[in-house]
Amino acid sequence: MISDRAALSVDHLSKRFGDRLAFDNVSFEVRPGEVFGFLGPNGAGKTTMVRTLGTLLTPSSGSATVAGLPLSAENGVEIRRRISVMPESPGLYTRLSVAENLECFAGLYELADPGPRIERALGAVNLAARAKDPCGTLSKGLRQRVSLARALLNDPQLLFLDEPTAGLDPVAAHDVHDLINGLREQGVTIFLTTHRLEEAERLCSRVAILNTRLQTIGTPDELRDRLFAKTLSVRTVGPLADPEHLFGGVPTVDSWRRDESGGYVLSVSDPAAAAPVLTRALVAAGADVLSIAEERQTLEDVYLELIGEDVEAGAR
Amino acid sequence: MSWTRIRAIFRKEVREYQRNRSIVLTMAVIPLVFVAGPLINIFALPSEAGQQLRFEHILVYMLGIPAIVPAVIASYSVVGERTQGSLEPVLTTPIPREEFLLAKALAALVPSLVISYVVFIGVVVAIELFAQPGIASSLILGPDVLAQIIFTPLVAGWSIWVGMAISTKVSEARTAQQLGTFASVPSAIIAALIAYGAIAATLQLAMGAAVLLIVLNIVGWRVTSTLFDRERLIAGAR
Repeated sequence: MISDRAALSVDHLSKRFGDRLAFDNVSFEVRPGEVFGFLGPNGAGKTTMVRTLGTLLTPSSGSATVAGLPLSAENGVEIRRRISVMPESPGLYTRLSVAENLECFAGLYELADPGPRIERALGAVNLAARAKDPCGTLSKGLRQRVSLARALLNDPQLLFLDEPTAGLDPVAAHDVHDLINGLREQGVTIFLTTHRLEEAERLCSRVAILNTRLQTIGTPDELRDRLFAKTLSVRTVGPLADPEHLFGGVPTVDSWRRDESGGYVLSVSDPAAAAPVLTRALVAAGADVLSIAEERQTLEDVYLELIGEDVEAGAR
Repeated sequence: MSWTRIRAIFRKEVREYQRNRSIVLTMAVIPLVFVAGPLINIFALPSEAGQQLRFEHILVYMLGIPAIVPAVIASYSVVGERTQGSLEPVLTTPIPREEFLLAKALAALVPSLVISYVVFIGVVVAIELFAQPGIASSLILGPDVLAQIIFTPLVAGWSIWVGMAISTKVSEARTAQQLGTFASVPSAIIAALIAYGAIAATLQLAMGAAVLLIVLNIVGWRVTSTLFDRERLIAGAR
């Protein structure tokens, strides 16, 4: 079902190259102003999805609405006017300066009075001082920034970022993260593909995990809750005398086990309610408590769980 | 049709040509190689040869330059962008493929015309200055000069569309340039056959050739636009 309010709606979309399926029967929505993460391993179909939604490739089946327009060849020019795509490879004209590259794209977007727009885009990526440098002389990180500036020129309603930090060192990647955060604060809708899970966790309000088919979709917290039981980790100076009796007496504890380091991992339905009750029970039992902490699964755990299951299912 | 978008690609292309030594060198060397031999022969002709030359159209041979020079540039145009990864960002902008190709064609045409006309003027001046008496007046004929002026853009245009069609189909720039040059050879051979009298140069032939080239240029644009398949160029598959 395609919603009119969404910045991007994808409905049972598939793309096939001959016998090879790039992505299959994918449906999701991206809300206006949202940073939406699209995760998946190499070859999962992420870049093909961006190219399809960016009107470079024609879908094999299904439908989509991009920036308010149905995805079709007839709407291609108008859709491309409303969106921007930052491909994985910057694809700059290396013999041209930074400003000349942007000037060319300002012309392609038919921007009136392009000078101030170019200055603003360069300012947004902190590259105003390098405007006259030939792009061929820039580092990979700086080229990515120029590519991002280029994508910002037309004030897109929807910005596709395809692996924007691929191949960047941690400092350059951090700079790009800051830029994306800045865009989010300005209300730009961003569709971000990545296989850097910490990046998605830091930047995205919701994520989808793709491995040819859509595996799951939701906020990082929702995905964690959906896949993993909530747990409390208990560390004590020595082993408890009768852990079965102690933990069994705490109402919100569903089950418990010992971990490799000699601590206790408790499955609980509500960690916030369980922790104080558990603390009191431990103290009453005379245990020397070192720590009680909620164990948080990372997005990486979610990802590995889903992709691992998918690989196993494929092997069967 | 947006001339703003066409101008954006055109300016970018011209800037790239200016900074690409191999293209500048190719543009300079081809005409020199093309005219050096015939010019030496012309300078060596005795005055008496002038009578015989009145029945030939040696200057038509110079149309080989607009046949070959733009083919080299045009055959690089699409595959060059593809190999350096700049094609995908351009195709994500609102420019339709017809405008993109027209801009590229114009960017190849303009320097080719400049080179062809400048070399032609240089050859005419050199013949006037250095050929034996009577040779220049026999060689430099009004209809041949007019043919050069009219046919240079038409021949160049055709070579550009052939070069660009090749450029959309191959995946390696050097292969594209070799094929583009090869594909432009028939035009140069026809010009040479007319120049040396193997094909009789008549007004009807000139008018027929002009009409044919205009049609071929229009068809060439359409066919190249059809061959320009975004999907194959970006994903390398269909």
